[in-house]
Amino acid sequence: MSTLSIINVKKRYGPVEVLKGIDIDVKDGEFLILVGPSGCGKSTLLNMIAGLDTITSGEIAIGGRVVNDLSPKDRDIAMVFQSYALYPNMTVRNNISFGLKIRKIPKGKQEETVNRVAKLLQIEALLDRMPSQLSGGQRQRVAMGRALARDPALFLFDEPLSNLDAKLRVEMRAEIKLLHDRLGATIVYVTHDQIEAMTLGDRIAVMKGGEVHQLATPQEVYDDPADLFVAGFIGSPPMNLVRAPVAHKNGKVGVNLHDGGETFFLAAPDAVQNGLSAWNGSEVVVGIRPEQITDDLARGHERSDRIKRRAKVDVVHPTGPDTLVLIQLNDTPVTCRVHPETRVQSGDNADLMFDLSKLVFFDPDKETRIR
Amino acid sequence: MADTSQTQTAGPQWLGRAVLYALLVVFAVYYLMPLFVMITTSLKTLDDIRAGNLVALPEEISFAAWVKAWGTACTGVECNGLKGNFLNSVSFVVPAVIISTLVGAFNGYVLTMWRFRGSDVLFTLLLLGCFIPFQVILLPMAQTLGYLGIANSIPGLIFVHVVYGLAFTTLFFRNFYVTVPSDLTKAARIDGAGFFTIFWRIILPLSPAIIVVSVIWQFTQIWNDFLFGVVFSSGERQPITVALNNLVNTSTGIKEYNVDMSAAIIAGLPTLFVYVVAGKYFLRGLTAGAVKG
Repeated sequence: MSTLSIINVKKRYGPVEVLKGIDIDVKDGEFLILVGPSGCGKSTLLNMIAGLDTITSGEIAIGGRVVNDLSPKDRDIAMVFQSYALYPNMTVRNNISFGLKIRKIPKGKQEETVNRVAKLLQIEALLDRMPSQLSGGQRQRVAMGRALARDPALFLFDEPLSNLDAKLRVEMRAEIKLLHDRLGATIVYVTHDQIEAMTLGDRIAVMKGGEVHQLATPQEVYDDPADLFVAGFIGSPPMNLVRAPVAHKNGKVGVNLHDGGETFFLAAPDAVQNGLSAWNGSEVVVGIRPEQITDDLARGHERSDRIKRRAKVDVVHPTGPDTLVLIQLNDTPVTCRVHPETRVQSGDNADLMFDLSKLVFFDPDKETRIR
Repeated sequence: MADTSQTQTAGPQWLGRAVLYALLVVFAVYYLMPLFVMITTSLKTLDDIRAGNLVALPEEISFAAWVKAWGTACTGVECNGLKGNFLNSVSFVVPAVIISTLVGAFNGYVLTMWRFRGSDVLFTLLLLGCFIPFQVILLPMAQTLGYLGIANSIPGLIFVHVVYGLAFTTLFFRNFYVTVPSDLTKAARIDGAGFFTIFWRIILPLSPAIIVVSVIWQFTQIWNDFLFGVVFSSGERQPITVALNNLVNTSTGIKEYNVDMSAAIIAGLPTLFVYVVAGKYFLRGLTAGAVKG
């Protein structure tokens, strides 16, 4: 059983509280992503799971065994570092077998393990080279090989792909996912790249300022963000967040928006009608994803929860699969995602379809979700 | 390619080159002249020295002065040449260099990879050691050596030079290890390696370049040291620098310039040897970490 449970873990460096009580449970075979901006405490947390740093209070248990006071080598973990941290003075083979050698595993068993891992990662031809003779992608594989050789209860990845170029990163991402499916290993993976977070994770813990803001599956985090920070952090291009006054129209609660001219009304989804009505007359932040403001071609025809508006286009960014169109709503730039065959140009007025079913609303001061 | 660049700027480039080479030659001669005089004088006979001029080549090459400087020249009352003092110097310089380099490497390792509360303060204090003049510590050091019972002995000289060299070697290794990613030690810790295993198996094998820097620096400093040698040793335990001084200053009627010159070269040869052998690594070590590699 390779579970990980983190219970109310706090870390303090002098007066500074870096982790403010983290609670995370990772199931056997689960792929957990820790994601957040720099300085959010995600790497600190990973170091503490590894035992490279001590916790101030709380409890960390791996496979049901509390490891608070165990040194890294006794925690049954392996870690892949951003810098790969290959031993420069050793061949690839010795890099992979170093941990086994230290643990006094018999020679024959060591060789067997190195060969198995090398085959799995397709680095058999590199075994006798030095790390300095390898490319970035190859070093990355060796670093993973070193972790795999140990066959630990828990794998820790510290931004392992951020030193690779874009193309290689996509490849290695796919490979890590495949590896996880094949090995069924429990993995904690730190990244600041929200695409990695979305594609790899079974669950994502979105962190900021030493706290977990949301812990949920990637789709939940994307569709149902817990607060303003998560909404703005996950998604690329990010969710549009616009301040708007709450109003009533035709017996429904919603928000008023304008694009410099006439005001129009966006009704809130049924589920938040109750929650939002308490805010009648005051301002809230409404969140709408770029792909929820689109054109007829991509989204079919008008329905009750979709409304069509004409808006003036400020800037057009073609990306290939989609074209991003910037408009102004309530004096805030808003990104819309339209089909590339819709040939709009800046300065034009374009017909845009607003999908209201996934509108989210936030308290502008407390930044919490209004439900 | 050379042609086109020359036709464009032929005049000024030619002139610049000429000035450059002239200057280089002047400086080279200026620096090589003393060495030339030393070598030629050491190979002359006394008559030759008296008859000829300073920069003239020897009439006939004679190694008699070298043999005398090594074996029979008088350094004070004794007339056994420099060979005993040469061995003296070797016998404390080698251990002092090895010990101070190893301890410096260990200090650097701890100060970068295992930082503790106050480690930066400790490093700053150690650095101050680089700025303490030799003279300041003479008296306290003499007392310390007395307490330790190693005054006026080879171990005493080793101790003095190790203590005095630590500040420098620690600085070298600490600044080198700062450029070594700390992820390396983390990875080794997770792999199960302990404090000393990491030092011996991971960190020290990364360090040949900086070890060479430290060895050259320490060897030159300790071999050439005069003050500690003259204060903390006497008689037959004196290092070669002190013996050389005594040899030159011992008056036996005639001033034997050829013997003086041979003795000076003998005293200088080991440092020259270390530079030639390790010089290639010296430059590489000094610039280590400057370029990501």
